[in-house]
Amino acid sequence: MAHDTSFETRSHVQHEYDREQNAKYMKNQVTQFAIMIFLTLVAFAMTAAGYAPNFIRPLVLLLAGVQVVQQLYSFMHMEDKTAPHIGIVQFFIWSGALIAFTFFVAFTTIIWW
Amino acid sequence: MSSVAQKKGFGAQVWDFLTTVDHKKIAILYLASGTLFFAIAGFEAILMRIQLMVPNNDFMSAGLFNELLTMHGTTMLFLAATPIIFGFMNAIVPLQIGARDVAFPFLNSLGFWMFFFGAVFLHLSFFLGGAPDAGWTSYASLSLYSPGHGIDFYVLGLQISGAGTLISGLNFIVTIITMRAPGMTYMRMPLFTWTTLVSSSLILFAFPPLTVGLFLMLVDRMFGANFFDHTMGGNTIVWEHLFWIFGHPEVYILVLPAFGLFSEIIPVFARKRLFGYSSMVFATILIGFLGFMVWAHHMFTTGMGATANAIFAVATMAIAVPTGMKVFNWILTIWGGSIKVTVPMLYALAFIPSFVAGGVTGVMQATAPLDYQLHDSYFIVAHFHYVIVGGIVTALFGSAHFYWPIIFNRALSEKLGVLTFWVFFIGFHLTFFLQHFLGLMGMPRRVFTYMADQGWDAFNMISTIGAIMMGVGVVLLVINVLLSIKSPPVNRRDYWGDGRSLEWALETPLPFYNFKQTPLVRGFDPYWIEKEEGNEEGMVYAEPLGDIHMPNNSIIPLGMTIGTFIAAFGALYSPWGDQAIAGTADSLSKAGSLTLLIGGLGITVACMIIRSVKDDLGYHVTKAEVEQTERALAEFRAKGGKR
Amino acid sequence: MDINQKFTPQNWPKHAETATQEGKNKFVGLWIFLASDTVLFASVFATYLALKDQGPVGMEFAAKDLYELPLAFAMTMLLLFSSLTSVYAMYHMKNYNFKGVQTWMAVTVLLGFGFLCLEIYEFNHYVHIGFGYTQSAYSSAFFTLVGTHGLHVVIGLVWISALIIRNAKRGLNLYNAPKYFMASLYWHFIDVVWVFIFTVVYLMGVLG
Repeated sequence: MAHDTSFETRSHVQHEYDREQNAKYMKNQVTQFAIMIFLTLVAFAMTAAGYAPNFIRPLVLLLAGVQVVQQLYSFMHMEDKTAPHIGIVQFFIWSGALIAFTFFVAFTTIIWW
Repeated sequence: MSSVAQKKGFGAQVWDFLTTVDHKKIAILYLASGTLFFAIAGFEAILMRIQLMVPNNDFMSAGLFNELLTMHGTTMLFLAATPIIFGFMNAIVPLQIGARDVAFPFLNSLGFWMFFFGAVFLHLSFFLGGAPDAGWTSYASLSLYSPGHGIDFYVLGLQISGAGTLISGLNFIVTIITMRAPGMTYMRMPLFTWTTLVSSSLILFAFPPLTVGLFLMLVDRMFGANFFDHTMGGNTIVWEHLFWIFGHPEVYILVLPAFGLFSEIIPVFARKRLFGYSSMVFATILIGFLGFMVWAHHMFTTGMGATANAIFAVATMAIAVPTGMKVFNWILTIWGGSIKVTVPMLYALAFIPSFVAGGVTGVMQATAPLDYQLHDSYFIVAHFHYVIVGGIVTALFGSAHFYWPIIFNRALSEKLGVLTFWVFFIGFHLTFFLQHFLGLMGMPRRVFTYMADQGWDAFNMISTIGAIMMGVGVVLLVINVLLSIKSPPVNRRDYWGDGRSLEWALETPLPFYNFKQTPLVRGFDPYWIEKEEGNEEGMVYAEPLGDIHMPNNSIIPLGMTIGTFIAAFGALYSPWGDQAIAGTADSLSKAGSLTLLIGGLGITVACMIIRSVKDDLGYHVTKAEVEQTERALAEFRAKGGKR
Repeated sequence: MDINQKFTPQNWPKHAETATQEGKNKFVGLWIFLASDTVLFASVFATYLALKDQGPVGMEFAAKDLYELPLAFAMTMLLLFSSLTSVYAMYHMKNYNFKGVQTWMAVTVLLGFGFLCLEIYEFNHYVHIGFGYTQSAYSSAFFTLVGTHGLHVVIGLVWISALIIRNAKRGLNLYNAPKYFMASLYWHFIDVVWVFIFTVVYLMGVLG
């Protein structure tokens, strides 16, 4: 297992370039974060404002969904195509999400008193 | 380091097994403990059948019958079938994909010990005030009010062993994803590896709901929570859902590897490539997926409503399609082959009709209106024993014969194997075939006795005779195993002469690093390809001979497990439980209970922190050591495998 | 890998967390575990939804009046910001800036600890007004759901703290880079779950 790790020393130019890319990527992350904070604010504000619950409920859920996708793909790097076996990782995560969804549907529809 | 060259003392051997992270040794641990619990649960079944042999029998009390019934089901599914299957997975899957060990050897060991101590905990109930008695499903409406500690043992024991199973399942998924040898693409993986991958994924998604369900039961019974108590707003249906969300995939967790094992056995003895490989893979994945969408067919009679019943009925019937694909593929593999009927092949040939019978009765029950008739009758008992004994146990017995040379470098006797097969197989059909009709005649399941002259007497008598025959069959198998210890070692590759996948390319006994060089896989059935091309070594290599990196042994998994084991007693004797307050179960003082709980979990956490803080890099076997080990092994084989 | 191998920012691999086979195994393993954990939380969530507002006859507690949005909002902000700080830690890991990694991870722990304190305060408050764990099916379900998340936070805090302490003298190498990365992935997942908790439990709870 040890021998499959090789190290290359990057040239100075390459190194500077990589640093710049990393910084750019970080900036993108911060933007994503700002959007997440904004979405959270909207969700809380809408709830506190006291509009008709039937109108707000789907909206709040939608905002949560957007935030989760942001976390997964941006913060947790699920969009990184170069990460090892990321395709199968995505498959597992979304399978888990699908199964989770069936639980929600079942427990809110076929359990009653 | 050679495991063959020097003989170790008994103490050193025991220490070696307690600390081992070698998948081959863990496989042996799994097989041995699985067989132990299989024997216990089988004995319980025979006791129950003796009780039911004649009407109005008073061989045992109703309470003891309930305990045996619960322990038989629970043990067989969680503590016998699962570990034996894990044993084969551990022994074979790394070899099939060309890996030196699993992805997380430490977790592999932890998974085994968690399973084992959970199982031991559950069985301690017999000596500490009575076993669980609410059936293996332990429906909350019944189990909440069961006096004594039986259900507590069930909940805590399964919680621990379930965690072990989850850990092992996760380990196999990662192993198969990341540890495949170069050239071993997904569509070149042997079917047993594929079914291991899919069934481990099912474990991954099915065990968390069980964990949650057991946790809710735990806090309800031992800490005064109210999830299932209807007077406090709870709902017992929540337990049923959580249990069956786990319980239905559990069936596929067990049966898919069995399918995989047969998909290995049949091509070898039909001496033909597996028919329809890609459709087999597709069917495996589809069964895995559909297995999650059908759990409520166990609950048709709870009153979910017609719509829900219809949806789950249709989804259930859909599973027959991929299963049917598999059955036809097996038949077409055998068709026109040059068939060699060995013991493993006998089991495979017997498996196909027996399992199909179980599948067909399954489709009958999927029909919701008919299920109202069949529910909780002996028809159900007959159905799931046809699936589990006809599908899984035949696979385990068949593969025991099939893989014994690889695992132990010995062969099981063919003659005794054939005898075992017939005794067991005839016993199996005698026991369960008539139970279909008992069910249709109205005999309810889980009753400890029945009145005479309802037309059930003769059938029950025959059923008991069959059960005793099955018991004799298992004893014969154990004798076969014991005899094999003294039989001459195999000492070669490809015991059956027609092996196709990578595991047969290795000469037994295996060195602890499996492959001295990582193999290069050039297609499906890699060993077959090399044999066709006259390659004497059985494989081509992807790397030159060099240093090998191997993981360190560790005692920490055992320590972590013992911590949870101690903590479980703290929860068990909690003074806050409903039964403890009512005085129907003995309990410790608050301080005593908390000490055990916190102390036990503290040991576990301490072990985890030690594990985390230490640098554990494994060790390197140098090229010279590898060459020396190979020489020692060759010498060992040349001497006939005797020291 | 050789643990004593010294790196400079210039030869530090681009994806140090998955540069070794062990790193790859851990990466896939942790993700697969998170998939499993998703289902675990789904089970607890579903149970909560089924038992919400259910209690003994005449129970005075209902989700509508129980939850306090300002507190939930503060907790959300703490956890969201801790997610960002762990992203910063990973950014510094890419540039082989060990000090940056340690500092931002420590900030993450502090924010997480703040979250935990607020949660304990909240639980304590509920118990004081009579909404204890054994009060009703609803209270059991609520404490189990939010408590399971809280337990995950505790585990994450212990994990990250242990990492910070154990590696303080070791510096960054290919053996512990995956460890940091996995801890940060796990921490993000805790945040993902919290997004659902504040939406489904608190916001939808207040909506009734």
